[in-house]
Amino acid sequence: MPQTITIDPVTRLEGHGKITIQLNGQGEVEDAHFHVTQVRGFERFSEGRPFYEMPSLMARICGICPVSHLIASAKACEAIMSVRIPHTAAQLRRMLNLAQMVQSHALSFFYLSSPDLLLGMDSDPGGRHIFGVVAAKPELGRAGVALRRFGQRIIELLGNKRIHPGWVVPGGVTEPLAPAKRDEILAMMPEAYHGIKLALAAYKQIAESFQPEIAVFANFQSNYLGLVNEDGSVEFTDGALRFIDSAGNVIEDGITATRFTEVIGEAVEPYSYTKFAYYKPLGYPEGSYRVGPLARLNIATSMGTPLADAELAEFKQLASGPVQSSFYYHHARLIDILYGIEKIEQILTDPLILDKHVRAIAGVNRLEGAGQAEAPRGTLHHHYKVDENGLITWANLVIATGQNNNAMNKGVLQAARHYVKDGKFTEGILNRVEAVVRTFDPCLSCSTHAFGQMPLALTLVDANGGTVDQIVRG
Amino acid sequence: MSPAVDVKTLVIDGKNVSARAGQTILEVARENGIEIPTLCHLDGLGDVGACRLCVVEVKGSPKLFPACVTSVFEGMEVSTHSERLQKHRRTILELLFTERNHICSVCVSNGHCELQTLAQQQGMTHVRLPYRNPELTVDGSHERFTVDHNRCVLCTRCVRVCAEIEGAHVWDVMGRGIDSMVITDLHQPWGESSCTRCGKCVQVCPTGALFDKSKIGSDHPKYPDFLPYLNMMREAQ
Repeated sequence: MPQTITIDPVTRLEGHGKITIQLNGQGEVEDAHFHVTQVRGFERFSEGRPFYEMPSLMARICGICPVSHLIASAKACEAIMSVRIPHTAAQLRRMLNLAQMVQSHALSFFYLSSPDLLLGMDSDPGGRHIFGVVAAKPELGRAGVALRRFGQRIIELLGNKRIHPGWVVPGGVTEPLAPAKRDEILAMMPEAYHGIKLALAAYKQIAESFQPEIAVFANFQSNYLGLVNEDGSVEFTDGALRFIDSAGNVIEDGITATRFTEVIGEAVEPYSYTKFAYYKPLGYPEGSYRVGPLARLNIATSMGTPLADAELAEFKQLASGPVQSSFYYHHARLIDILYGIEKIEQILTDPLILDKHVRAIAGVNRLEGAGQAEAPRGTLHHHYKVDENGLITWANLVIATGQNNNAMNKGVLQAARHYVKDGKFTEGILNRVEAVVRTFDPCLSCSTHAFGQMPLALTLVDANGGTVDQIVRG
Repeated sequence: MSPAVDVKTLVIDGKNVSARAGQTILEVARENGIEIPTLCHLDGLGDVGACRLCVVEVKGSPKLFPACVTSVFEGMEVSTHSERLQKHRRTILELLFTERNHICSVCVSNGHCELQTLAQQQGMTHVRLPYRNPELTVDGSHERFTVDHNRCVLCTRCVRVCAEIEGAHVWDVMGRGIDSMVITDLHQPWGESSCTRCGKCVQVCPTGALFDKSKIGSDHPKYPDFLPYLNMMREAQ
């Protein structure tokens, strides 16, 4: 009898989503979907607002990665103003974006995913959370908390607020960096380095034992998209996009924000409120691709910082071409963090970092503008149109989760096919299917996060809608 | 020989105070360190009694009186704080919040807003009335300033400062009741009006309704304290 398994909501994600797995009469997985069940409407209600308000409005989309929205939005506004922001402002924003990436990745790795990795996919769900990690591996747990604090504290020092800082504005930033703040950030460096080195060592130790998961966690050939500098090194804030195929060939390079919509389209599926981005020349779904830590490392030829470059070289050894299993998002995330810490240190030694010229002022000089940046979980694109008075008439946002949507759905199907046999499942199996989604660290709403304690129900439903079996957690 | 000063004695919140004839309850209370919440009142501008937040009780009358436009009289007994007044003030604030679209988190005046401060002071923890969510416009036509009608509380400070102090009378009020709107000239876009670009209206606006385009995020404190000094200097000339 055909059945549907529903995982609703998926836990340890930022936002609300659910997974459904359809079984056929033989109890084999027929299809599986990851649904994003909420609708936010930012593109609609920003209409009529002054364009210079957009960064602070758009930042409210997300409490985890508000900085990425601030930056992509401010860059779209600067395209409307037709200005180039001062060098110091660009460097300060780069630092802010990296600080956010470090804290967001620390949240994803330590708080959301390390319970699975360090305690085991089948461990008691009652203890499978950050507190369980702290109890079992106190030093590592503390390192995770410290890395999150490192990123958050830098955001607070620069923007005066940990979440939704109003410091990034169209044209630059509102105030320059004070020397005392620079010194405080530099003083935090040793602890940050210690934490990430510890995490990398711990990850490498356990990665081997996850070979079965690596084989089926969204492990397939796909295209990748991400920002790089002109020299091919990783970039989070400026640079241009590069698109590679599953063999690692560069299909298109130098995709600026203005050209984004020429090459990237968005498809809609009836089962999700999140759109499905694809590379237009290849069509949908063939042009689907992945973004985020794994994509960035597959695309970049170097990190541009010594310690992260050594880690990248090791990472590239995992496969002859691009690393295809989404399980390695975890590994790539840690390398991202290491890069972020090194790069922040580099930026702070820029002789112009304390310069007072941090903002360009201009009005409306163009009626359309687009901006892009790398959010922790992948490429983020903002695109606005305004009237003569600078009021928004149209807005479109392409977020990382939409770009990973196809891969997440394929990954859920792949894992479900592997693990669900004869219509039977256990809590550990349910957790593995969720863990596939967690590797992508999708940001669904996403102003809050939950770990372990969220109510979760997995239900087996027969063709008539009757409940066959149910597991309830929370 | 100078005329004798006409002194009135009265009681405010149990305190014996004296005042000059013609002074308002608000003036006398503040001179004596008794705080009464106000929104449309601003030192240096004529009063209109529009917001009704300064209502007080006067012994012998069941009515409530706006302190900013009620003159004192001999033997008056005034209460500025009571449960009844607190309830009315909170309700007025709730009505103001429901009338238009006040979204503090993304407003330029967040943290510097008089409406927000009043709500906090009066213990307005939530709004019991349904929000109207009207569709209102933003006028961004001015080179330096923007008016966002979503955040306007119709205090008319902009109208008064423009007419009384700047002498331009660009701002005025259009419509009646709930449909009232502040307008520039005869409802022309602000950028095409006879505005002198002095910016006084922006400085006296208690919320983020009038703001400077270069001030974004929530870095827009306002400085209306210049008005009494400006008046004083003009009178001295």
